Amino acid sequence: MTELFGIPLPALLSQLLLGLVNGSFYAILSLGLAVIFGLLNVINFAHGALYMMGAILAWMGLTYFGLNYWVMLVVAPLLVGVFGVIIERLFLRHLYKLDHLYGLLLTFGLTLLIEGVFRSFYGVSGLPYSVPEQLGGATNLGFMILPNYRTWVVVASLVVCFGTWYVIERTKLGALLRAGTENAQLTEAFGVNVPLMVTLTYGFGVALAGFAGVLAAPILQVQPLMGSNLIIVVFAVVVIGGMGSIMGSILTGLGLGVIEGFTRVFYPEASATVVFVIMAIVLLLRPAGLFGKEK
Amino acid sequence: MKLTKEFTIFLALMALVALLPLFGAYPVFVMKVMCFALFACAFNLLIGFTGLLSFGHAAFLGGAAYATGHALLEWGVPTEVGLLVGTLAGAALGLVMGALAIRRSGIYFSMITLALAQMLYFFFLQAPFTYGEDGLQGVPRGTLLGLIDLTSDLTLYYVVLGIFVLSFLLIYRIVHSPFGQVLKAIRENEARATSLGYNVARFKLLAFVLSAALAGLAGASKTLVLGFATLTDAHWSMSGLVILMVLVGGMGTMLGPILGAFVIVALENKVGNIGSFLRDVTGIEWFNGLGEAVTIVTGLIFVICVMAFRRGIVGEFQAWWSRRRLPTAAT
Repeated sequence: MTELFGIPLPALLSQLLLGLVNGSFYAILSLGLAVIFGLLNVINFAHGALYMMGAILAWMGLTYFGLNYWVMLVVAPLLVGVFGVIIERLFLRHLYKLDHLYGLLLTFGLTLLIEGVFRSFYGVSGLPYSVPEQLGGATNLGFMILPNYRTWVVVASLVVCFGTWYVIERTKLGALLRAGTENAQLTEAFGVNVPLMVTLTYGFGVALAGFAGVLAAPILQVQPLMGSNLIIVVFAVVVIGGMGSIMGSILTGLGLGVIEGFTRVFYPEASATVVFVIMAIVLLLRPAGLFGKEK
Repeated sequence: MKLTKEFTIFLALMALVALLPLFGAYPVFVMKVMCFALFACAFNLLIGFTGLLSFGHAAFLGGAAYATGHALLEWGVPTEVGLLVGTLAGAALGLVMGALAIRRSGIYFSMITLALAQMLYFFFLQAPFTYGEDGLQGVPRGTLLGLIDLTSDLTLYYVVLGIFVLSFLLIYRIVHSPFGQVLKAIRENEARATSLGYNVARFKLLAFVLSAALAGLAGASKTLVLGFATLTDAHWSMSGLVILMVLVGGMGTMLGPILGAFVIVALENKVGNIGSFLRDVTGIEWFNGLGEAVTIVTGLIFVICVMAFRRGIVGEFQAWWSRRRLPTAAT
């Protein structure tokens, strides 16, 4: 059997794939955080809870209404997006003029509330959700076994991430969004409905989180607290990458996922903390983050 | 003049607390409130008077709780040394975390403290000396200065009260010193403070370390009172809870955190009862699970405070008081 650094190659590659899967989630979530922060100046702590909501909605759709994975892959993010629009209209809207801290505190409170409500119904044990039959099984590539569903997660995430990048960086709509990020008042003076744009941006950002949640449902444990540990890692990812650039968020997310995967092979004890250690090193060497600009 | 009034209220409050056991208050509960009140006051030093929102203060409470527990249980040191070990552990953690976190400001500062505290949480989860999920159990209280036996709840009660009063006086002194004035200047306008020649980074770091050390003392006292140290103290939800205490009581007020700590600790203890009461009244079975999902209630208070009640109980009261005295100044 082929070995690399004393580790069998297939084991190494499967950890690499696992790292890419986690990295895809980091990428989608940090991308959403960056888009929201750009326009709203709010760090959305509730992102983890809304990711969890996406996963549980997928489970609820299947259990109560018999809606399969593919339907919920579209419906769950939409519902989460609508929920986000309500949050923005009801709460966040009133906090823009205040210190940014209040946005963080509000979304933190909402996180506790949302998680608490789901916990009161479903407890903390995992809800079973199986891989859709079209993506079950694995493909043997000769040098490694490739589980189809994990490959699908990576591909789907990449498509969504780069799609978002394309819309924001290369289309008219994206140009308006970037203009609003740069100077909201001036953009409004040009006749753009900025408040509506803000609402929809928040809705879109959290819909991304919901989408990631549905993708995660078949491979990670679906339970009410699944988002809260993830969101803290994503915060570290965001600090490492800096929130200035969309592409930066995507690449940092994927890269850190891969590094985490390798750590699991070579030094498993550190796999939970490696992202935080990297964050500390980046803060020492390049405080603004890898893709960030000093303000 | 306002300061002396605040101070008078504090003294009256402490005299009341000193008399509480005579009226049959449960000492361990009041001691727990005092530990959390100290934790909240330490946190307020940072958010209320320096304008830094740390989302990682659980690391200092939990870290110090483990340090004190370990020193008392494994090394068998005298109680006062155990408390000192906890406080120093808090300060040391604060120095490392603070030095990293103050490299960014605003919202990034909060995210960095949260991430570093989470890293420490994972470390505590794996490290052998914390006994993982079981926690450090059966920590002896020992004797204070080799003279006072702390096994009795009542004796310990007055020791904890003493620790709390001294710490509060220290915080009061810090806030009202020239150093405290510089901290407030940084909170109001950091660029201006820099331009006046103050080394803002050093002031922030010192404030962070002081806050961490006092949070450490709170964690150390908590271990002494309860006789155990667990992962709960180091979890991010504890960082959220102390923010809530200060928010409910009133950020940047001297007495707010004490009141906030009392309200939140009492609520956490009683939420189960409130839940079963609501079930009996409304007949909805779901309310019975409220005790299991305390976060619904804390989350709700968070949202209400941020939306409508940002000055907290004491802050609102002070605003009302000054409006009443100066009706023309009301806006």
